[in-house]
Amino acid sequence: MAILFFIIFICFTLGITYWAAKKTKTTSEFYAAGRSVTGFQNGLALAGDYMSAASFLGIAGMVALNGYDGMIYATGWLVGWPALMFLIAEPLRNLGKFTFADVVAFRLKQKPIRLAAAIGSILTVLAYTIAQMVGSGNLIKLMFNIPYETAEIIVGVVMLIYVLFGGMLATTWVQIIKAVLLLSGVTIMAIIAISKFGFNPGNLYAEVQKIYGTKMLEPGGLVTNPLDAFSLGLALMLGLLGLPHILMRFYTVPDAKEARKSVIYATSFIGYFYIIIPIVGFSAAVLLSKNGMTGQEIIKSIDKGGNMAALQLARELAGEPFMGFIAAVAFATILAVVAGLTLAAASTMAHDIYVNVIKHGHADETEQVKVARTATIIFGLIAIALGILFKGQNVAFMVGLAFAIAASGNFPALFLSILWKKFSTAGAVASIIVGAITATTLIILSPTVWVDVFHAKEKAGVLKEVSDLEAKVKPQIELLKNQINSVSQENKLSLEVQLKGIENSYNQQKQEIMAKMPKAIFPLKNPAVFSMAFAFIAGWLFSILVPDKEAQKRFEDEKLRTYLGIGAE
Amino acid sequence: MAKTTHEIVNSEKFKKLVTKRWTVSFFLTFLLFLFYYGYIGMIGYARDVLKIKIGEATNIGIILGVGVIIGSWFLTVIYVFWANSSYDRTVSELKKELK
Repeated sequence: MAILFFIIFICFTLGITYWAAKKTKTTSEFYAAGRSVTGFQNGLALAGDYMSAASFLGIAGMVALNGYDGMIYATGWLVGWPALMFLIAEPLRNLGKFTFADVVAFRLKQKPIRLAAAIGSILTVLAYTIAQMVGSGNLIKLMFNIPYETAEIIVGVVMLIYVLFGGMLATTWVQIIKAVLLLSGVTIMAIIAISKFGFNPGNLYAEVQKIYGTKMLEPGGLVTNPLDAFSLGLALMLGLLGLPHILMRFYTVPDAKEARKSVIYATSFIGYFYIIIPIVGFSAAVLLSKNGMTGQEIIKSIDKGGNMAALQLARELAGEPFMGFIAAVAFATILAVVAGLTLAAASTMAHDIYVNVIKHGHADETEQVKVARTATIIFGLIAIALGILFKGQNVAFMVGLAFAIAASGNFPALFLSILWKKFSTAGAVASIIVGAITATTLIILSPTVWVDVFHAKEKAGVLKEVSDLEAKVKPQIELLKNQINSVSQENKLSLEVQLKGIENSYNQQKQEIMAKMPKAIFPLKNPAVFSMAFAFIAGWLFSILVPDKEAQKRFEDEKLRTYLGIGAE
Repeated sequence: MAKTTHEIVNSEKFKKLVTKRWTVSFFLTFLLFLFYYGYIGMIGYARDVLKIKIGEATNIGIILGVGVIIGSWFLTVIYVFWANSSYDRTVSELKKELK
């Protein structure tokens, strides 16, 4: 059934690609859909770009298994959108052409800026792509029982067809269709689910509480280190403002006013999505309970991470066909997101590097489109290869890495180039390079990579020792506690002393084992607070040290275009 | 009365527009930070408040979580209203002066 829905989706989107291909001849059509997309359409497409399979299946599963912590996580994904609106959206649309490097390079020296910005962009897009490809391979394997490698190749080839032939126009429509399918699929699921609770979320929470206790509805272990939470928040909020595949979408609309509309629609759709996803998650935890097993146990029996919770709920609510529909939507989601990323990477490689650096900006339309298509194929193949290469690897940190590089490498340079007259070429290059390098290095040294990836075995060993110890000691403690409750007063005392002794030695042993836990060199899970600060400082320092008088003169032209949109493409 | 780029950019009206644009933007960004980090801060330092029940099982934490999303969205709406009315009007006036 899922296969059938999936084939319908593929045929339909390929039809659109065929239609779009006829309209895609120039570079502006290939990269920016001829700037013909409306604010509403772009809002849906932005939402489509942002709502990945990981946020749909992943957050639903997280809420189902961890309860309230999943909700905290969900809120973090929305808050970037208002910031995007307030700080970047309109100037970006007015100043740029195809990539965000256009904005930074507006009054600075083309070559160094384009090269630096390309490094920032490609690193961001690569990290994001690896996360998406590996995630998609695993999901498709779980959903359709297709081997991992085949799944990677299917995703790679289908999205290549969209981008290669249909360019931005086809990619935009694939995003729009996917966003509509995803939003309606989740809505239908949430409505059926909540109808089982008399259309009252309060009743749903009450059921959750009945099965799992109040803990499920209260914050758990997510925000334990305040500095880490602050840093993650910064990366989520400002990283969005540096994601090349998101920024690129702003060039598909005709002007700044439509860009503004895009963000308000996107924010509305995404906000709505993150509000109803927890309902799906909590409902899965409650409604899947069966035969004395809790919903959580049933979810974990299929996938430990809970990624299948939404699909399991869909089957429970409306049978196999509905599950097939939701699975097809998840697959469509993966395809669309990877297509958007590929287009962003191709625009950087072809427009920033080939045309503006290698060809000094002199390349005719036919050549530019040809190069853009070549770059698309190259990146598509890289995506497939990376997907297969990282099979079975822990890539959970990759999305965090993408956001950290975007927030530290891309955002500060973009923001300073719009606002600060004295921002110079040296400043911009320093800011991008310092931001991207510190973000990457610190993530490698952080607990997420240093411990969870490089020292995964040691960590697992320590955790196993702890659980073994627990398994040995816990029954003894329970036994003693029961005895204490049942024996007479005088015997109680000696037993209590015995209990204290066991508990103390247990805690001591546990501490000794935990001391062997591998330690990260850099303590924070997300480095944005430092790497972004470094990027801003580097940008400021090098602008002062190596000023750019020419660029300062051109700031008036830039301002006219930034605020009034005069001369915008 | 056509003005040059230099005259427009250095006119009082343009300068005021730019200042106002960033005042509005930074103020709304500040509120956004306040909403989000206020919420995160409460999770870190005032957990017990979030655990207070206001229904059978619904607690303040759930309301605040949804509230952060709706509140952030609302800030975006405020920006759009301001930009559509005030900002766009000044922009079109300035554009006329340039031509």
